[in-house]
Amino acid sequence: MASLGSIRRSFAPWADPKAKPYIRFENVTKRFSDFVAVDDLSLSIYEREFFALLGASGCGKTTLLRMLAGFEQPTSGRILLDGQDLRGVPPYRRPVNMMFQSYALFPHMTVEANIAFGLKQDRMPKAEIAERVRQMLKLVKLEPFAKRKPHQLSGGQRQRVALARSLAKRPKVLLLDEPLGALDKKLREETQFELMDLQHDLGLTFVVVTHDQEEAMTMADRIAIMDKGRVLQVATPAEIYEAPASRFVADFIGSINIFEGSLVKESAGMTEIRDTSGADFRVAAPARAAPGDLVWLAIRPEKMRVSRERPPEAENALNGEVWDIAYLGDMTIYNVKLDDGRIVKASMINSMRRLEDALTWHDRAWISFPADAGVVLAE
Amino acid sequence: MRKLVSGLGGRAVIAVPYLWLFIFFLVPFFIVLKISLSQVTIAIPPYIPVFNWQDGLAGFFQKLGALSLDNYLWLADDPLYVNAYLSSLRIAAVSTLLTLLVGYPLAYGMARAPLAVRPILLMMVILPFWTSFLIRVYAWIGILKPEGLLNQFLMFLGIIDQPLVIANTTTAVYIGIVYSYLPFMVLPLYATLEKMDYSLIEAAEDLGCTPLAAFWKITFPLSLAGVLAGCMLVFIPAVGEFVIPDLLGGSGTLMIGKTLWNEFFANRDWPVSSAVAIVLLLILVLPIVYFQRAQARAQERAG
Amino acid sequence: MAGTWGRFNITALVLGFAFLYLPILLLVIYSFNESRLVTVWAGFSTRWYVSLFSNRGLMDAAWVTARVAFISATVATVLGTMAAVALTRYTRFRGRLLFSGMVFAPLVMPEVITGLSLLLLFVAIGFDRGFMTVTLAHITFSMCFVAVVVQSRLVSFDRSLEEAAMDLGATPLRAFFQVTLPIILPAVISGWMLAFTLSLDDLVIASFTSGPGATTLPMKIYSQVRLGVTPEINAVCTILIGIVTLGVIAASVVNKRREVRRQREERLAFAG
Repeated sequence: MASLGSIRRSFAPWADPKAKPYIRFENVTKRFSDFVAVDDLSLSIYEREFFALLGASGCGKTTLLRMLAGFEQPTSGRILLDGQDLRGVPPYRRPVNMMFQSYALFPHMTVEANIAFGLKQDRMPKAEIAERVRQMLKLVKLEPFAKRKPHQLSGGQRQRVALARSLAKRPKVLLLDEPLGALDKKLREETQFELMDLQHDLGLTFVVVTHDQEEAMTMADRIAIMDKGRVLQVATPAEIYEAPASRFVADFIGSINIFEGSLVKESAGMTEIRDTSGADFRVAAPARAAPGDLVWLAIRPEKMRVSRERPPEAENALNGEVWDIAYLGDMTIYNVKLDDGRIVKASMINSMRRLEDALTWHDRAWISFPADAGVVLAE
Repeated sequence: MRKLVSGLGGRAVIAVPYLWLFIFFLVPFFIVLKISLSQVTIAIPPYIPVFNWQDGLAGFFQKLGALSLDNYLWLADDPLYVNAYLSSLRIAAVSTLLTLLVGYPLAYGMARAPLAVRPILLMMVILPFWTSFLIRVYAWIGILKPEGLLNQFLMFLGIIDQPLVIANTTTAVYIGIVYSYLPFMVLPLYATLEKMDYSLIEAAEDLGCTPLAAFWKITFPLSLAGVLAGCMLVFIPAVGEFVIPDLLGGSGTLMIGKTLWNEFFANRDWPVSSAVAIVLLLILVLPIVYFQRAQARAQERAG
Repeated sequence: MAGTWGRFNITALVLGFAFLYLPILLLVIYSFNESRLVTVWAGFSTRWYVSLFSNRGLMDAAWVTARVAFISATVATVLGTMAAVALTRYTRFRGRLLFSGMVFAPLVMPEVITGLSLLLLFVAIGFDRGFMTVTLAHITFSMCFVAVVVQSRLVSFDRSLEEAAMDLGATPLRAFFQVTLPIILPAVISGWMLAFTLSLDDLVIASFTSGPGATTLPMKIYSQVRLGVTPEINAVCTILIGIVTLGVIAASVVNKRREVRRQREERLAFAG
């Protein structure tokens, strides 16, 4: 049997120009009196996609989700679901369901009644409701807890009830608002994989809002990075990490070193940059800028090497002083202070147990990286 | 997120209580105002109406000339009314202060009591509030009378040999107001004192304050919101109080609520009692608006 | 903080509660007095309770009061809950300021003014004064108390519960009745109880708005009290105090039990 990961790798409808988006935001703006929560935003989400909206609080991601659910109306623009314009459709008539950040379990109803709530609203026959509730309880492995009230459940169990309740109506799209936010770290990691399996097995479209980049990277097919009501980049986790589209995205995801400089020349896929301190860098990445323009070279710490001597094969190298060392067990993070005072961060895997002649504080050291390690970001 | 009114249900939820209060609370004030501008007569109802609903707009303007401020001039002329207003304000102010003096230590004691006992203490303060106001005032008659229980007790102890005259004096009214309105003072005070972080006091004492200084410099200023809310809740209704001065104050105590009642029931002078009500309302409108805005602010904060 | 008994605190509490409860206690004790003189103890007796039940006037007034209180509390609870929902849910509509003013003002409005103004309204629109007018008047002022009680509960109500209900297909109306109302029910019930006792209690507004044949118990008590303190009135008061006390204590015991059970179940859930 193929692993989930291998199946997912071949899933890329966004790369197919013939594929029709399932959810489409077209120039959507949402204003709350004088505050612009969502600013002229367009976005496509495809069927069966696990899509994450990632950003700091106040970036507009939750507002976007609530507009899709129908709790907020866009000030302008439109939202299409499976070709249907959702304008004016109240939340209770939309074929989407939401899992709330607080779970919003009805405290006066049992687990069973919570799951059956949506089905009863649709006046589904009693026998069918019972059957569906049974299926849902089985799905989230809560059969023994059917008669309990929410306050008689642990945090993880409540999260499962909320999930079962929002899935019971078999919505076209499931919206998840910080679905794992209230769980502790260990439970969160387990649940991430469960959610992914569930999404795949049911063949549903998931739109998840989160501020946790690790969560988004693990679960999502694609991530939209949001800031100040705008989408800065929509791409797969790997693309976002390895080829961020802007300094904001580069800085937002993981940690990164950014060198400011000007473009010297670009030829045959090789870009030459002279940074502010006068050092020259050769980078195997397109610059999308003209010679003389201000550009930034961004390199992840794990793509940098720290050593006493300058490695002879190194295409780019900088000399400095070891300023700080953080030993994390599996790896060590070095902060190296360049002669002009800038700090560069490099992380090295501790592949050998013995650290003979290890670098220590105030040692002189070289920081080096290959030409294909970084990306060039223009204004 | 704030929502604008949408849907039929939303509109009904606003419209029904709105309309009810409009008809039964707001409109009556305009009727009182209208009648306060009419002439008294011996009839049923005992006044000459200035406006007639049937007259329409033309009649309205025609009769505008018939408005008379006589009733107000009458109020201003007769020292009885002026004194009644002043003495109501004075009695209400003094009793509010007394209620604060009695209520603050009680609320403080409650807020500093062990956590487990607090709900019980709170209920003990609320419980008398649920029993009839009239009964609570009535209970004091038997206590304060010359041959009443208080005098019996004090004479039994030998503190006095002649009965004190408390019943039918202003003192009795003070006691009655403090007693009846105490829960209104204690509850907001308790709410603010209970929320207060006790480590503030510890910090103040750590920095060299004596407990008393810490109270005046920290606890009291931080409880001012509760003090003001409590004082408003006591002062405003106390100004217009009727039952307490009537049952405990006797004929010697002049309060405007009683004056209005007598004007209405004994003299059957509806226009003058309406004028009395309007002036009372004007006196109270500032504190009421203040109280309402404080309520709204507190609600904003909670929400 | 945990709280401790200090000497000052104990003194304040003992004196404060003595002041609150002693008068009521004395009233209750003297209702069992054999003597007609209220202030002279002449032995235990229940004769005033017996004579009370044969007093037609008092019994009629009690019956009128109970009906007025029941009807007005029920209507006031419906209207007050609506007003509370309107005030918490809709922060922007035309005339909201006036509306909130009309909800809060009656809480502190001197009763003589409310009573007089309502009476003049009833006269102006030609309503015969009686049972109906007292009931209308009581609805008007007690709905505001209900609104305040329910509103303070709604402010802390988690809006996402309602949104979840709508998300699952419930119309706003159904979401209110199936989710919101059951959860805020304790506040609505205490609002009803408050409205009921306010109506039971009211002398001034009832005196203005009532007419022949609709004498309420407080009006009856008042007219007798003016003639002097009688043990019979003590007995009536004792019965009223007893009813209210039992009601309040029962309600709080039920609440407390539910709370304790809930806490225990929560602990079990997290342990297990």
